[in-house]
Amino acid sequence: MVALTINGQLHNVDVDPNTPLLWVIREQVGLTGTKYGCGIAQCGACTVHVDGVAMRSCALPVSDAAGKKITTIEGLAQNGKLTKVQQAWVDHDVPQCGYCQCGMIMAVSALLAEKPKPTDKDIDDAITNICRCGTFQQVREAIHMAANA
Amino acid sequence: MNYVPKIDRRSFLVATAAAGGGLALGIPLAPQSASAQTGLATPELGVWVVVKPDETVVVRVVRHEMGQGTITGLAQLVAEELEADWSKVTIEHPTPGESVKRKRPWGAYSTGGSRGIRESHEYMRQGGAAARLMLIQAAANEWKVPAGEITADKGVLTHKASNRSTTYGKVAEAASKLPVPEKPALKDPKDWKIAGKPMKRFNAVDKVMGRQVYGADLTLPGMLNATIKDCPVFGGKVKSFEAAKVAGMKGVKKVLQVGESAVAVVADTWWQAKVALDALPIVWDEGPNAKVSSASIAEMLKAGLDAEQAFVGNENGDIKAALASAAKKVEAVYSYPYQNHAPMEPMNATARYTPDKCELWAPTQDAEGSFAAVLAASGLPADKCEVYQMDLGGGFGRRGAYPGDFVHQAVLISKEMPGTPVKLLWSREEDMAHGRYHPVMMAKMVGAFDKDNNLTGLHMRLSGQSILAAVRPQVVEQQKGRDPLVFQGLASQAMLAEHSFSYTIPNLLIDHAMRNPHVPPGFWRGVNINQNAIFMECFMDELAQAAGQDELEFRRKLLGNHPRNLAALNAVAEKIGWGKPAEPGIHRGLAHLKAFNAYVAAAAEVSVTGDKLKVHRIVAATDPTFAVNPAQIDRQVAGSFVYGLSALYYQECTIKDGRVVETNFDTYDSMRIAQMPKVESILMPSGGSGPWGGVGEPTICVAAPAVMNAYFKATGKRIRSFPLKNHDIAMA
Ligand code: FES
Ligand code: FES
Repeated sequence: MVALTINGQLHNVDVDPNTPLLWVIREQVGLTGTKYGCGIAQCGACTVHVDGVAMRSCALPVSDAAGKKITTIEGLAQNGKLTKVQQAWVDHDVPQCGYCQCGMIMAVSALLAEKPKPTDKDIDDAITNICRCGTFQQVREAIHMAANA
Repeated sequence: MNYVPKIDRRSFLVATAAAGGGLALGIPLAPQSASAQTGLATPELGVWVVVKPDETVVVRVVRHEMGQGTITGLAQLVAEELEADWSKVTIEHPTPGESVKRKRPWGAYSTGGSRGIRESHEYMRQGGAAARLMLIQAAANEWKVPAGEITADKGVLTHKASNRSTTYGKVAEAASKLPVPEKPALKDPKDWKIAGKPMKRFNAVDKVMGRQVYGADLTLPGMLNATIKDCPVFGGKVKSFEAAKVAGMKGVKKVLQVGESAVAVVADTWWQAKVALDALPIVWDEGPNAKVSSASIAEMLKAGLDAEQAFVGNENGDIKAALASAAKKVEAVYSYPYQNHAPMEPMNATARYTPDKCELWAPTQDAEGSFAAVLAASGLPADKCEVYQMDLGGGFGRRGAYPGDFVHQAVLISKEMPGTPVKLLWSREEDMAHGRYHPVMMAKMVGAFDKDNNLTGLHMRLSGQSILAAVRPQVVEQQKGRDPLVFQGLASQAMLAEHSFSYTIPNLLIDHAMRNPHVPPGFWRGVNINQNAIFMECFMDELAQAAGQDELEFRRKLLGNHPRNLAALNAVAEKIGWGKPAEPGIHRGLAHLKAFNAYVAAAAEVSVTGDKLKVHRIVAATDPTFAVNPAQIDRQVAGSFVYGLSALYYQECTIKDGRVVETNFDTYDSMRIAQMPKVESILMPSGGSGPWGGVGEPTICVAAPAVMNAYFKATGKRIRSFPLKNHDIAMA
């Protein structure tokens, strides 16, 4: 049994402790906003916050996440109210297929928590998620929109 | 190349048009005792529009959404003709099973070749217009006034003379009983209020909240999870595997062979299935291709560059004579590698089989093709099969209809566990190992000049792989062995008008020596325009430079007969500041092409520092005849450059021992935000009554040659094989 706190809720899951956090979130906890893209910490589709830090959950054994505060994309909006980042994403119509965007939004949210007014260089350094649809131009514009909202 | 589906009483043929090609998948007609249980909304106003009593307007869309904005654009077109209130518009997807029952009223589902809007706009707009006329007629009947006196606007019907008004929702039920007008008149696009406007995509809120359910996210009651390994050598088979070694692992429910060449594990969770499959000892019979390498494939293609036999794609004048009498000749050989699509969501499909019903949930670019695959794999008739389309986490051509692909596998697996839904999800590694790859191609380019430096002849010999030969062989047969799609962007008007060549050269020959290695090819964003634009547009620069002429002027002289190409090229040249000095260290390049009936051009600004090639800015021009949603087109343009430049810099599927070497994004990279150039998109729809152009793909092909032409200006080096990482050029 591993005890996880996800989006403020405690989950006791019966899994092999080596199971990546990504798959526990998706399969045992049933939150599918956190996506599988590569499984080797390359693409960022699986990004979640672990104690406020953006981490790629596909490469994190669930045992390492025990006792930590985990936030997934489903935990951002409170009572249905979108966060500034999510709202900027909607207002600027960022998502194309959208599959990478949950991870992208998690990475950007962590960046803005640390640097509320990031420069383009800050964005370049911090946001390394892959988007095969190629939404980067809108992502950058929406980050600045969220920072100035 | 337009395939006209044949419909008769006995058989019902579904056309799944390939990119410009076509095919009939034989699907027997379902019995006409169609049950009323369709899952579709009511009341119907014709087949395209439903208006519910609460005023919700439901537009039926069968084309697939994979991020390109098609469903939004199509709904805009229907809503425009309907005079709907845009805020009330939603969409629904009729299933292929329903389509077959009703004799295919919604036309083709297949969404590729940038055809979602350009090939369905007319009948869908007519569907919207017909529904509007029915609503008006219903109000006219109720009020006993002539229909011509009633106006419709934003879902409200008004009879001014008697000062009466009602809403669509109130008269929809009565309207649904009226005859559907045939071929109603359509609005002039200059009067558009919803179409042509930058409407937001549907579903953005769900996407940013993590609520959008992609195929990979689907959960059904009692569902099990599967993952699969196909023989890594294409054409190989399973020899043996030791199921007993993993059968006892936690969660494992079944270890099974799938078809001749694959092994799958079914477990409670996907992760359990993956761990067990990784641990499963499998012995492969690698078959006849186990020695093939990228080098041996290159040799095969090289031989085609000078081969006697070749298919002609475009020809005028006498190229032999022009070359023989040339005062000067310029020659170059280019090549383009295998590339995988690598959409963010790996391939997947969920199937549930019982002897009475086989259902499939799949992110697919062609639900009709998936339907045909379900029939074939399940062995059940059409009235016992159904496909539910899921949203796609990217498509790019990978999720079209290919024989023996993931849908087929999912059904075969579910057949072994009747009654239990099984979700088959490929690992990224499987996705890399079993793509339907962008085909390999080489080109030998020879240009001839007279003594005054006029271009008198051009011979372009393509040598390489045909997609159609692998996936639509009957089309190639009809064409007497030729694959017309190889000539995308280069073709004669008569052969492939939507991809016709734009330069007028007195003596021209573009031909293709077909060389088909064992690696399975597939449609890919733009497919053949990627290499064709690089080959042609980089070589145009080589020719201009050999003639000592400005690259823009050189092209302009050859484009006199193609004003729309010329206009697109001029637009980017002007905006980038061609002919004016650039910032220090910045170099410029140009390219253009006509593809999928759209006229596109790009101009790039780059700088080179050591081994780093930085693209600072790309100006793009697109003339798609009409622009249904300018905001989405801008996003397609910028997105296409990400896809195209990732391919240019990083992407090659290397073949070794008959299989693909690259296994994941660590060795098959994709650009990140830091490398994203500023994209300035010029949208220049020229209107008129000609065919509409696509927008999802065309611009992809002009980024790479524009960048390579600028790279030459910066360095004096001409790169002729790709990706750039093979030349130690990095993306900054
Ligand atoms: S799935 Fe975790 S980084 Fe790609
Ligand atoms: S929006 Fe499709 S991968 Fe990013």
